[in-house]
Amino acid sequence: MAAQTGVLPGFRLTLGYTLLYLSLIVLLPVAAVFGKTLELGWGEFVGVVSNPRVLAAYRLSFGAALAAAAIDAVFGLLLAWVLVRYSFPGKRLVDALIDLPFALPTAVAGIALTALYAPNGWLGGWLAALGLKVAFTPLGILVALVFIGIPFVVRTVQPVLEEFEPEFEEAAASLGASRWQVFRHVILPHVLPAAVTGFALAFARAVGEYGSVIFIAGNIPFVSEIAPLLIIGRLEQYDEAGATAIATVMLAASFALLLVINALQAWAARRGGKEQ
Amino acid sequence: MDAAAALPLSQIPARRAASRPVTAEPVWVRRALIALALAFFGLFLLLPLLAVFVEALRKGWAVYLAALAEPDALAALKLTLLAAAIAVPLNLVFGVAAAWAIAKFSFRGKALLLTLIDLPFSVSPVVAGLGLVLLFGGSGWFGAWLAAHEVKILFAVPGIVLATVFVTFPFVARELVPLMQAQGREEEEAAVVLGASGWRTFWHVTLPNVKWGLLYGVILTNARAMGEFGAVSVVSGHIRGQTTTLPLHVEILYNEYQFSAAFAVASLLALLALVTLVVKHAIERRGDFAALRRGSRT
Repeated sequence: MAAQTGVLPGFRLTLGYTLLYLSLIVLLPVAAVFGKTLELGWGEFVGVVSNPRVLAAYRLSFGAALAAAAIDAVFGLLLAWVLVRYSFPGKRLVDALIDLPFALPTAVAGIALTALYAPNGWLGGWLAALGLKVAFTPLGILVALVFIGIPFVVRTVQPVLEEFEPEFEEAAASLGASRWQVFRHVILPHVLPAAVTGFALAFARAVGEYGSVIFIAGNIPFVSEIAPLLIIGRLEQYDEAGATAIATVMLAASFALLLVINALQAWAARRGGKEQ
Repeated sequence: MDAAAALPLSQIPARRAASRPVTAEPVWVRRALIALALAFFGLFLLLPLLAVFVEALRKGWAVYLAALAEPDALAALKLTLLAAAIAVPLNLVFGVAAAWAIAKFSFRGKALLLTLIDLPFSVSPVVAGLGLVLLFGGSGWFGAWLAAHEVKILFAVPGIVLATVFVTFPFVARELVPLMQAQGREEEEAAVVLGASGWRTFWHVTLPNVKWGLLYGVILTNARAMGEFGAVSVVSGHIRGQTTTLPLHVEILYNEYQFSAAFAVASLLALLALVTLVVKHAIERRGDFAALRRGSRT
């Protein structure tokens, strides 16, 4: 092993245990999904994933996740900005509750959002009067995914804003830039890598999200049926091959997203490091 | 202690003026941004949380308490606590081992290892559950062997524990790796050179330095372990009173239109979430932990 072990003990033990545990808990189930797909054969695989109902579910899962992550990016940036720059009553409460979607079980979030947005719910009645149906439509899925993703953006942008030195803003302002110009050309480029990273994290989480979505979605085929639900549906019909084929596409997307997020985090770290 | 005290007077940074008109927005912009942020917060975070408790108590305390005291609910609570009691220590030991190897030594493939540790965060919980079905199900890789030896993993407690361990896998490691990297290894090297054993060095030098980070990781692991739904749902089999965790019990009650009971059980999980947030916030406000985290980011 090409390691600089130095004087500290325990390298072989801890790395060995790490690799063993990682393989057993994470890599083995993931390998089982890919392995089963290889057994399928190309024709069968394409047959499953090009089924119109499956394609509609992919479009919905990826499309809603993308839209939700975009909304999270905008409002996450706003929340981070307000929390770092301004003071207002209840600020500490807001700051602490931003992480609620990390801590609240997804099923609980799902039924709570449904209670709010169902046609006879707290907000659903008002929205129905405006001709807007949220629960049991793709819009409901969007609401659930926005909820799930918001802390990712706030918590990646917030520390970057906190460490941003006001000297840059002062310099720009003293050179005659308007407040908007300072934000657009000085502050935004600085927080952009963090915001994009938060966006990607929120997107990755939203694509595979299940618990918070299924209650509010209504799960109507071709309309509000997400891809993870199709996997469960196939499993319940003992169609492991079909379930696996659908899952493999999602798993491939997970791997791709993981690489993108890694690259983004490296970019954010470089950008942050240059100005230190 | 205070870095500024060691500097000559001329190098101490000047305290910033309290009001900086050139780098502040007009009052109306400020108020509009705060209002917009608070509206989003109220609509997407506060209101769902309130809804859980209001709906839970809609039919009064008697119905609420009856829903919690019901045998199936108690069985679900027990299973949830059991799954967390197994998953949290397992991932804690792994997180510490992984952080020690990654933060204190350099070796090839470290970036790849870190990426693979993050994998459970980006894999859909449903896909994770499917992976376990393909391993331990009747036609799975180990299915025949398990059936021959009468070991039940799927649709039983071991499957639920494995699914929980999978989804909570990265939390402790992710928290500890950057903290221990920021700490460096000089202190441990000094301890070892002075004759301390590896264990003693870990217990007396490393652990006190990262204890808040460790607790932070454990809190997050526990919250996710008790609340996991998707992965557990795939492997549980939904046998009432036997393989249903609290979140699955919420789903069953909800689908049976027992809304008040469903929200009553959900309110327990919401309370757990609130406790998690309070502890998390308290740790974040500790000066030593905050400084260490800041250091780990640069």
